[in-house]
Formats: sequence, C-alpha cells, structure tokens
Amino acid sequence: MSITLPKVRVPYLLLFPGFAFLFTFFILPIINLAQTSTQTPISGGDTGQYEQTLAFSNYVNAFIDNREQFARSFVYATLATIFALAIAYPLAYAIAFKSGKFKNILLVLVVAPFFTSFLLRTIAWKQILGEEGFLVPTLRNLHILGQQTTITSTAVAVVAGMTYNFLPFMTLPLYASLERIDPRTIEASGDLYANGITTFRRVTMPLSLPGVVAGTLLTFIPAAGDYVNASILGSPNTKMIGNVIESRYFKIVDYPTAAALSFTLMAAILILVTLYIRKAGTEELV
Amino acid sequence: MSSKVKDASIPTIPFRARLSRWFGRNLLRIYMIFGFTYLFIPVAYTFAFSFNDSGKSNLIWKGFTLGNWQNPCGAPQICNALGNSIKIGLLATTFATILGTMIAFAIGRYQFKGRSSSNLLIFLPMATPEIVLGASLLSLFLVFKINPGFWPTVIAHVMFCISFVVVTVKARIASLDPRLEQAAMDLYANELETFRRVTLPLVAPGIAGAALLAFSLSFDDFIITNFNSGTLITFPKFVYVAAARGIPAQANVIGSSMFFLALAIVIAGQIVNRRKAR
Repeated sequence: MSITLPKVRVPYLLLFPGFAFLFTFFILPIINLAQTSTQTPISGGDTGQYEQTLAFSNYVNAFIDNREQFARSFVYATLATIFALAIAYPLAYAIAFKSGKFKNILLVLVVAPFFTSFLLRTIAWKQILGEEGFLVPTLRNLHILGQQTTITSTAVAVVAGMTYNFLPFMTLPLYASLERIDPRTIEASGDLYANGITTFRRVTMPLSLPGVVAGTLLTFIPAAGDYVNASILGSPNTKMIGNVIESRYFKIVDYPTAAALSFTLMAAILILVTLYIRKAGTEELV
Repeated sequence: MSSKVKDASIPTIPFRARLSRWFGRNLLRIYMIFGFTYLFIPVAYTFAFSFNDSGKSNLIWKGFTLGNWQNPCGAPQICNALGNSIKIGLLATTFATILGTMIAFAIGRYQFKGRSSSNLLIFLPMATPEIVLGASLLSLFLVFKINPGFWPTVIAHVMFCISFVVVTVKARIASLDPRLEQAAMDLYANELETFRRVTLPLVAPGIAGAALLAFSLSFDDFIITNFNSGTLITFPKFVYVAAARGIPAQANVIGSSMFFLALAIVIAGQIVNRRKAR
C-alpha cells in the first residue's frame, strides 16, 4: 500500500544485480572463451600471443589429439556416478525412513567430511591405499593382491576417489526427494497388497526420481571435468581431459587448444545432460 | 508375560532363519554403518596424523605429539594461506548470499516473463565443469589486463556460489505455507511488514544454510581458485603444492579444526532451531 512501485517490476529489480554479475563473470567469459578457441599463434610472436583466424581446425585437432582422455573422462565420470548412486541411495533411504530422531544428526554427518579439505581427504586415501599404508601389504600377505599389484596410480583408485569426493552431492538431493514422500502413499501401496519390493519399484522409486536426476547430475558434471583425483590418485595412464586443459593453460600456455577443449567438454556435457533430462522426464530440476 | 512367550518361541525357529531374518530387518542399518565408516575413514586418518611427530613429511607414523596442535602456524606460509581462504570465503559468501537470495525471491515468489530462462541461467553455471568456469574467467581477466589475485578470486567464488544459494533459498521459499503470510495480511500488516516480520524470519534458516554451503564451497575450492589467484596462496592451494614434497602435519591440524568447527556450528544451529520450535 505504501509501496508505489508497479508490481510487475519487482521481480526484475530483484534479479538485476545478480544477473548483471552472472552476465559479466559467467556469460562474457564463455563468449570470450569461444573466441579464444579459434585463434592461432602470431607468427614471430612470443609464446602466449595469439590472433583471431577463425581456425575451427583447432577443435578437430584438439579432439583427435585428446580423444583418449575425453573417453576416459566420460567413462570414469559415468562409473563414479553409478557407484555413488549405489552407495548413496540406500544411505539416503535409511536416513529418511529408518533413523527416527537421529535424522538431523545423520544428515549433518553426511556433509561433515566436506569440511576437512577435500584435497586432504584425497591425499589421505592416497596414503591409506599407498605402498606405505597398512592395507596394501596386508592384502599382499593374504594373497588377495599380487606382490606387484598396487591400488594407487590405477584407474580403480581414480574412480574410487571421485566416487568418494562427490558422494555428498549425490546423497543430499536423494535425501531431499525421499524425505518429501508422504508415508501414506507407501502405506496405501501396502494396503493394496503390494509387497516391499513392488512398493519400492512402483511407488518409492518413481517418487524419488527427481532426486536421482539431480544427484546424478551434480556428481557427473564435476566428475567429468575433474583433474585433481586423477593427478593425486592416478598415473600418466589415467589422465583425464581436465588434466590436459590444466597443463595446456599453465604449462604450455596454449590458450586456443585449452579453450577448444573446454568448449568441447562443456558442449558434450550439455548435450548429455539434455538427453538425460528428456529421458528422465523431469522438468523441474533445481 | 508376553516376553516369556517370545522367549519360548525363539528356539523353535532354526538359527539360520533367525539370522537371515535379523539381517533382513537390520540390513539398512548395517549398510548405514558401512556407509558412514567409508565417509569418515579419511577424516579419521587426517585427524590421527595431526598428532604425528612427523617432521617435514607426514607420511609414516613416527610417534605421538601435541606439538602440531600447539603450533598450527609452524609450517611456513600455512597460516597466511588459511587467512586468505577465510577472507575470500567470508567476502564471497556475503556477496553470493545477498545476490542469490534476491534472485531466489524473484523466481520463487513471482510469475514473470523470462522466469524459465532465469532458471536456466541459474542452472548453467552448475552444469559447467569447474575447469571451464575457471579457465574462461581467467581468459576474460587477461583480456582486460587484470592480474589474477585476491579480488579476481573473490569474484570467481561469488560467481559459482550464487547458483547454489539460489537453489537452497528457493527450496525453503517453496516449502513455506502461504497461509502464514495471508494471515499477516488479514491482520492488517502491509506487504513490507509481512515480509519483514513473517516471510524473512521463516526463510532465514534457508538463507543461513545457503551461506554455510557457500562458505564451505568457497573455502574448499581448488580448481577455479588455481586459475584465478595468481601467486596468492589459499589453503587448498597450499595443500596441493605441498603434496608433492610431503604435507606438514599442521595442515592436518587445520583440516581437523575446520571439521570440528563446522560440526559445532551446525549442531548449535540445530539446537537454536529446536529451542525456537518450542
């Protein structure tokens, strides 16, 4: 009543500062990245000096040179997402339905490891699973592991590290969607003579699908672009596309290739995500 | 009486059937214990090795000491790095929480033209891998001849935190009962008063949660920071660089302290909430 602003303008005024920020520091950089991706070195210039020549061949070359790392990124990220889902779903289910008054504490505990720096936790895994740790010698003595077999510096370690590091991103959305389920729908299913498995398959699971979609996306996307797990837990044979982009930027100062790779990665992820969301049939994502 | 009946009936069920029934009933509980153990193994390891009398490289257990906890700044640069991380985290959290909350209210409370594309703009930064965000922002700074460092890092952190704030606060707004605000209006509160005395207090826990999330994302970020911070050292950068030649045990002290501090904050928040609910 005392506000004289026309009501239609309010949402736009609220949006403006945040969107201006995102436009300047998210959209503009992406546009700039697209421009960088088609540049070539200035002939006779210093390293790190490039000019615009619309060299779309950068994309072809970048992709052909690094197709192995691309494939690896998507395979590792997919595996990590599947494992994280397999671990997180029962965990989220148990917290949502079986934990009673401990619900809030357990939920806090899922997020808590987050606060010890994720680098420290990844390095801790490296040391636990490494040669000096007690696990590998023990497994070797028990002949579960061959004398020469190691755990670190393998693809297994990289995927395990990613699964571990992104687990809270999977668990929280799953919990949120499971927790919203009205327990009466589950009771109703039981009243209609559905057994536990049928109830889960036909009622609980479909209702938790938005959480599954959100959780898998929040795991897959950062996992596909990650290079920290691969560089700490892996070896040169487990390099992912993130490692290549990072070294192109910092070690070789080859900005155009780094930009072309970044753009290809982003486009691939966006296409996959769009297909996935279509398939899963959930519109309201976030 | 009933317990007697129960006791009498147990021996009639074969042990194996009893065992499988017990497992069936407690499967999820067992699973939960395994899940949490998995989550906490590296945390426990980090904590344990903060007491290692390790010297320079904290790889092998050499003996118990409290020295690292008494002198957390003992390793060169480590407290400088920690200070930078905290400063960047607080600044980024403040800006991202303000901007994100405004956006959340606009999207959560109003129907307007461009609402769905607004949702998309919020989703996109989350759908972009960190390395792309970091690399593209650095390219922009280089074009404008801005040297990477403290403020570019703050800007980068605000940028990737906004979306997470929007999503968190929006969820809280969506869960509000609209009848509470209607009741306030019925009691002759005007829009501004309703917002200040009813809506905002109800959304506040969501905003606090979003701020905590933003701070933890900012504090723990390595990839985007690595691109935009130049020679500035943050705590994750310190750990990453130190990893090559052995991490000093002081890093474990700081990591463990952050863990306990965050736990204390969250538990305190829970207690405050419960008091209020009464």
